[in-house]
Amino acid sequence: MNALEIDDVTVRYRRELAVDGVSLAVPQGRTVGLVGESGSGKSSIANAVVGLVRPASGDIRVGGASVVGRGAAVTQARRRTQLIFQDPFSALDPLMPVGASIAEATRATGRRWSREAKAARVRELLGQVHIDPARADELPAAFSGGQRQRITIARALAGEPSVLIADEVTSALDVSVQGAVLNLLRELQRDLGLSILFISHNLAVVRYISDEICVMRHGRIVEAGETEALLRDPADGYTRELLRAVPVLGRRMEFEDA
Amino acid sequence: MAASKRSRLRTPTAVVALVGAVALAAVALLGPAVWGSTADTTTVADRMLGPSAAHPFGTDELGRDLFARVMVAARLSLVLTLGATAITMAGGVVLGLVASVLPRVARRLVTGFMDILLAFPWLLLVLFFSAIWGASAVGAMLAIGFAGVPSIARLVYTMSSSLSGRDFVRAARVAGVGPLGVLGRHVLPNIRGPLLVNTAATASVTLLSFAGLSFLGLGVQAPDYDWGRLLREGIARIYLNPMAAIGPGLAIVLAGLVFTLASEALASRRGHGLRTIGRLAKAAAGIPSGDVEPSAPERARPVAEVRGLRVAFPDGDGGLVERVRGVDLTVAPGETVGIVGESGSGKSLTAMALAGLLAPPAVVTAAARTFDGIDLSRPLSRADAARVGAGLGMIFQDPLTSLNPALTIGRQLTEVPEVHLGMSRAQARERATEALRVVSIPEPERRLRRYPHEFSGGMRQRAMIGMALTASPRLLIADEPTTALDVTVQRQVMAVLRRAQRDSGAAIVFISHDIALVSAFCDRVVVMKDGLVVEELDAGRIRQDAQHPYTRALVACLPDMSSDRSRPLPVIAGDGSTA
Amino acid sequence: MAVSPLARSATGDGTPSPARPRGRAAGPALSPRLAFLLRRLGRLAVSLAVVVVATFLIVHLVPGDPVRAALGPSATPELVAATRAELGLDQPVLQQFTDYVAGLLRGDFGVSIRTQRPVGETIAQRFPSTLTLAVLAFVVTVIGALPIGVAAAISARSGRHGVVDGVVSSVLGVLIAIPSFLLAVGLIAVFSVSLGLLPVAGWGQPQHLVLPVVTLALGPMAYLARIVQVEMFTVLDSTYMTTARSKRLPARLVYRRHALPNIVTASLTVGGLILSGLTAATVLVEMVFAIPGLGEVTVAAVSGKDYPMIQGVVLVYALTVLGVNLVVDLILITVDPRSSIAEG
Repeated sequence: MNALEIDDVTVRYRRELAVDGVSLAVPQGRTVGLVGESGSGKSSIANAVVGLVRPASGDIRVGGASVVGRGAAVTQARRRTQLIFQDPFSALDPLMPVGASIAEATRATGRRWSREAKAARVRELLGQVHIDPARADELPAAFSGGQRQRITIARALAGEPSVLIADEVTSALDVSVQGAVLNLLRELQRDLGLSILFISHNLAVVRYISDEICVMRHGRIVEAGETEALLRDPADGYTRELLRAVPVLGRRMEFEDA
Repeated sequence: MAASKRSRLRTPTAVVALVGAVALAAVALLGPAVWGSTADTTTVADRMLGPSAAHPFGTDELGRDLFARVMVAARLSLVLTLGATAITMAGGVVLGLVASVLPRVARRLVTGFMDILLAFPWLLLVLFFSAIWGASAVGAMLAIGFAGVPSIARLVYTMSSSLSGRDFVRAARVAGVGPLGVLGRHVLPNIRGPLLVNTAATASVTLLSFAGLSFLGLGVQAPDYDWGRLLREGIARIYLNPMAAIGPGLAIVLAGLVFTLASEALASRRGHGLRTIGRLAKAAAGIPSGDVEPSAPERARPVAEVRGLRVAFPDGDGGLVERVRGVDLTVAPGETVGIVGESGSGKSLTAMALAGLLAPPAVVTAAARTFDGIDLSRPLSRADAARVGAGLGMIFQDPLTSLNPALTIGRQLTEVPEVHLGMSRAQARERATEALRVVSIPEPERRLRRYPHEFSGGMRQRAMIGMALTASPRLLIADEPTTALDVTVQRQVMAVLRRAQRDSGAAIVFISHDIALVSAFCDRVVVMKDGLVVEELDAGRIRQDAQHPYTRALVACLPDMSSDRSRPLPVIAGDGSTA
Repeated sequence: MAVSPLARSATGDGTPSPARPRGRAAGPALSPRLAFLLRRLGRLAVSLAVVVVATFLIVHLVPGDPVRAALGPSATPELVAATRAELGLDQPVLQQFTDYVAGLLRGDFGVSIRTQRPVGETIAQRFPSTLTLAVLAFVVTVIGALPIGVAAAISARSGRHGVVDGVVSSVLGVLIAIPSFLLAVGLIAVFSVSLGLLPVAGWGQPQHLVLPVVTLALGPMAYLARIVQVEMFTVLDSTYMTTARSKRLPARLVYRRHALPNIVTASLTVGGLILSGLTAATVLVEMVFAIPGLGEVTVAAVSGKDYPMIQGVVLVYALTVLGVNLVVDLILITVDPRSSIAEG
């Protein structure tokens, strides 16, 4: 059963074709990596899934229900997806205590929360992402980049999503912090049974976290498959080029073809 | 810490603004009661007097005391100012916020119209509205109020739409917060500060324009009077009694100053102005760098060397913060040295100091800082400048900003051959063409006439490498040269860099946060953390040789194409070791 | 999961296409400069329309009866009716508008209610003085502001002349804040009344120009100098200036070739705003120095509710502003390779 299905989706910005007939699926409880370079259309897909951009054609289904267009059913279905952003510094309102930001996101559940229930939920979520719940009243400025990224993950979880879209979530972080965020995502997926669409330009990171990988270029998916199989035996020339371009620690880069 | 915070809140500007505001309010409230009767007492005997102790500003043609009239006029002047300011701010905020949530077509119509109005001088708008509402105090208040709306609306629109693009607003929308909720919860709180600053600034402008309009005879009409009207009457008699004009003029300037200072005091809590930068620069200048001791001639003379390098910046409270804390680095001819570290490790500053390019407010000290035997801590002689200019190439992270956008690629590549190698323009062009060819830029002759923005990111970076090749480079310093590029382009640029090195025999200092990339490209790797060198390693044997816990942690926590996917990544703890 | 069969492998030969567009752009590609010019001409056309409609509407937006307001309460009903007919206000609004536009196209601005003379004639008589004043002031502004701004930025960045920098910055700040008519009072008090060097008012002799031009120019000059300084500061801090410094070029070359061209766009844009601002600011200064320009006519027309005259002068000021904007845009296209890009 697929948690998220993207079916022949096209996204257009004015004249520009950003996504050109892309189809992919995220099975329940799995992580699908979407890798590609700048301008390949991967962020447009993220925006289309959470409803920030409306696809020009095609359909997107979450748990079998379409999230394209308007209406109560669409809103209901869309609430089951949440987005985590690249830049932890712009992802939190600088004037809103982090707890309030997380509390705000509980609206996405579509239920009414009492004040106490909300506060308890915020504490629970902060604990889940390993932030001291007592710091809920502090402003984002009091937290480091890695901590902020964990808080934005807590905020995404507040919506009780079945599908998480992680859009370049570790690109703005130092290597030492990146590991903690990746570990947290894996832990949450296991504990909460989340399905994750993990978008990144970093093949090594995508490989580490994903069960399946889609390679995107110029708005299209050029290759897709199980992570190990795809990377062991890439069929597409572009995938091979990407693989070759990843530097490996201690192995001298060869440029015979360049 | 607490003391410094308090001092920032109580700047002299803020104190003066507060005192001024209280004084203005007092005069406006009490003025008519205190000076009202004096201001209206006509004394024929005292007509048209000059300034005296009894009448500091003299008297008018009916013998009324001008000083008293100026004090009484404060109330009307300020009330009208506040009224017009309220109209401007309310209109501007509402229009700007509404425009920011309109659908695209309507939004573009509204902002286009605002832009058209903004192209017209503000006084012209005031005159237009005055023509409609007539020459009266209320008419002028409406005219000035409405004439200010477009600029505030544009400001609010710009601020709120830039906020709407921020991720936290997108997150709120994804969570189901509606447009009005977003405005109230996220946009308004975040633009409140700038709005306050602008309210004070608008009040200042409004006050002055009111005076101007009354001065023209289009504002307050007799028998009422505000400062502008008193000024108008005074200037007619400026030869007889200059104070009759200067008095009300002073009142206008002082009141305007109070609003301006209030605006500045509010603004200074939110960032640094030009003056601050100048002050910091001053703090940094004049701190001497250490004396140069020539390095021991144990091996071939290094192409670049720093010893005991320290780089500090003013911290804003008069002190200095050290960001590089005693670094030794020697680059031998032709070798490739990698510097790796996370943000704040001081790696870029070390490289910039190595190139002698740190300028105030940075404070640089070093026991030795040389390039090709030339002491970089002193002003360079002409000959030395030519050697450094020709021998040093820089490649920065963002190739769009490191090339001058206003000059053609050709102009930027022919400069060093012309200035330092004494080539003719034609020779220099030939050299630049050759350099572009080496870095694999097709059609180099044609590309020389192009501007940087007409190049792609990878091509710009290759042009930067080509720039270094136009002379006789001894050292290329590449500071995160591929971080802004895609990995496939990164590989191409690295290949070009390698070829440039082979062709020229230059040494390379390669700076990156990516330890895998550095190890794959360099001979030797220098690991930095918190402004110190942690460890120096052979690039090919990092995994085996790394001793320092920080290096080992860096290596361990980096996922690569062979990481075990079934296990969590090691995480670096606060002390630099893995946990 | 679908894999597109159309996907082609990358070349990897190290030659990316120039200025690779994000995704694939459809439609014909205009030259960026031409596109910029067309956009600006489009905006000019719309602005022109806004100006014509706005001036036309003045009469109709006036609360109450504009003719009664213009002629005063003592005017006979017959006179009011006659004037109304003369102004065409008894016609349907649409008819009035087409007549208005047709008149403008013929160069006919109508007849003043007060003087009964053609508005166009009065404007032709008065406008040259105003324009002379504005253009002279603009020239003085630019000549003064550029060196002051550049020097202030370089000096402040070197950090060696803290006191001078502070004084310059404060003086500029004060000059920006003081409105021209107050500056005029101060200048007259010093140079005319106390020192007796210059005439306090009048027109026709070169010495009559000095105080008005200085009055007009000082504020904008300080403002432009501030803009130039800030722009220069940004430029001096930019990476490409570090690149230029790394070449160890002579300082004058670094500043002249690498820094100056990068402040042109901002300075020109602000310069254009200043010139349009100056045309309107002449109103105040003409009043102070009793200069027979358009300003006096404007003020008399507004206070006397002489609507045809108001329409005429507002139109002339607005057209001057639009003309200045057009010239600035044309210069921008020629000197700035990026003007087309800046707007996206």
